[in-house]
Amino acid sequence: MEPLTNRSKKLEKKEMTFAERAYLPAIAQGLGITLKHFFKKKATIQYPEQTRQRSDVWRGLHVLKRDEEGRERCTACGLCAVACPAEAITMVAGERKAGEEHLYREEKYAVTYEVNMLRCIFCGLCEEACPKAAIFLQDDKIAPARYERDEFIYGKDRLVEPLKTTETK
Amino acid sequence: MESVDLIYKAIYILVIFGITLLIATYSTYFERKIAAFIQDRVGPNRAGPLGLLQPLADAGKLFFKEDFIPAKSNKALFIIGPGIAMLVATMSSAVIPFGDSLIIGGHEIFLQAIEVNIGVLYVFGVVSLGVYGLMIGGWASNNKFSLLGAIRAASQNISYELAMGLSLIAILMMTGTLSLREIAEQQQGFNWNIWYQPLGFIIFLVCAFAETNRTPFDLPESEAELIGGYHTEYGSMKLGMYLFAEYINIFVASAVMATLYFGAYNFPFMENLRSAISDPVLANNVVTLVGVGVMFAKIFLFIFFFMWVRWTLPRFRYDQLMKLGWQILIPLAILNIMLTGGGILLKEYLF
Repeated sequence: MEPLTNRSKKLEKKEMTFAERAYLPAIAQGLGITLKHFFKKKATIQYPEQTRQRSDVWRGLHVLKRDEEGRERCTACGLCAVACPAEAITMVAGERKAGEEHLYREEKYAVTYEVNMLRCIFCGLCEEACPKAAIFLQDDKIAPARYERDEFIYGKDRLVEPLKTTETK
Repeated sequence: MESVDLIYKAIYILVIFGITLLIATYSTYFERKIAAFIQDRVGPNRAGPLGLLQPLADAGKLFFKEDFIPAKSNKALFIIGPGIAMLVATMSSAVIPFGDSLIIGGHEIFLQAIEVNIGVLYVFGVVSLGVYGLMIGGWASNNKFSLLGAIRAASQNISYELAMGLSLIAILMMTGTLSLREIAEQQQGFNWNIWYQPLGFIIFLVCAFAETNRTPFDLPESEAELIGGYHTEYGSMKLGMYLFAEYINIFVASAVMATLYFGAYNFPFMENLRSAISDPVLANNVVTLVGVGVMFAKIFLFIFFFMWVRWTLPRFRYDQLMKLGWQILIPLAILNIMLTGGGILLKEYLF
C-alpha cells in the first residue's frame, strides 16, 4: 500500500550486537537506574502530620460567618440554596424575637441550616450568591471521612463560626 | 564428644536458628522498604520507629486470619506442604561457617553448627528438597493454577540445579574439597574465589535466583498469570510459612554465595590485624568477631542485591526461562569447567 503521508520512516532490523545479546549490560544499566531512584528525594507527603500546600483560592469546608459584634450574618434568604447546583443546602427560616438582637443581625434568621457534604461539590456558588457575606468556603479545612451518612449532614453546630470570646466582653 | 561441646553446639544451633528467623522476618520489612525507595516512596513507617515493628504486625495479622483449608483438598498434604518448605529452609544453614574459631577459656570453638566434609552436597541436597514443599502444597490444593505453579516450580528448580551444580564443579576442582569450612579457609585475606571464577559466579548467581523463585524467575508464583501459583489456596500463617521459607532460602543462598565466592569470613588485611594485637588469644577472637561481621555484611549485600534485582527486572517468559537454563547456562558452565581444568593443568605445568 502507498504510504498516506511522507512521514513514515523505513526501519531496518539491525542485527543485535554481542553485548545486547548477552543481556547482562542491559541488566547493569537497569540496576543503575533503579539505584539512582533509591537515593532520590521521595515524593511522599506524610499526610496527617504534613499537608500539601493549598492554593489561596482553594475551596474547602463551609463556614457561616458572624459580624463584628458576634451576631450571625445569615438571614435565611435561601439564595445559596437556589444557587446550589447539587441541592446540598437546606434551611428553615425563623423570626427574631425581642431580646435576641445580640444573636442575629437581621430580623429573620436561619433556625436550621444544613449542608450535605456528600452532595456538595464545593463549587463556591453559595459564596457568590450570598448577599450578606455570610457563607464562605474555607481554604484550610476539609470534610473528613466518616462511617455514617448522617454524619455528613453538617448543621449549624458545625457550620457557624465560633464566637470570639475575647471580643464579646 | 564432651558434654560441654554438646551444650555449646545446642546453644549455637539455637542462635543460628534465631538469627535465620530474625533475618527472614526483617527481610520482609526491607523488601517493602527497598521496593518503596526504588519507586520513590517511603514504605512502611507507621508501626513503631521507622516502621520497624511492621513485620510483627504482619505476623499478628497472619496468625489471626482464618486458617482456611479448601473442601476438596488433600487435608494432610495441604498442611504438610508449608511445613516441609519451612523445615527444609531452616535446615540448610546448619553447615555454613559464619566465622572462624573463638578461643574461650582455652577451649577452641568453631562458629559452625555441624562440620561435615560434604557440606556443599548437604546444602544442595537440602535446598533441592525444598521444591517438595511447593509441589505437595500445589498439588494438595486441588486447584489448576496451584498445580501449574507447582509443576513450574519443579521443572524450573530441576533445570537450574544442573547449571548450578556444574558451575560449582569448577570451584570444587579448584579447592579440591567439599567441606564449606575448608573452602572458606582457602580464601585467606583477599584471595577470594571470585577472582578465579567470575563466569562461574555469574552462572551460580543466576541459578540462585531461579532456585529461590525470585524475580525475574518467579514463574511458580506469578500473580498475573497464575493468581499466586502454588500458594493460591493458602491463607493465614500457612501462606506466611511459604513466604517465610522463601526469605530463608534467600538468606541461605546469600550465605552460600558469600562462602563459595566471596571469601566467607575472610577480609583484606586480616593477618595485619592479627599481628597488630600482641596477645594471640585476643587477636584470634578479635579477628573472628570482625570476620563474623564481615560475613553478615556480605550476606546482607547479597540479600539487598536479590531485592534490588526484583524491583528492576520484569519476569521471564517460560520458554525463555527454559532456553536460558538449558541452552545457555549449562553450556557456559561446561565451558567454565574446561577452562578451569585447563588453568589447573597450566599451573601445574608452569610451576
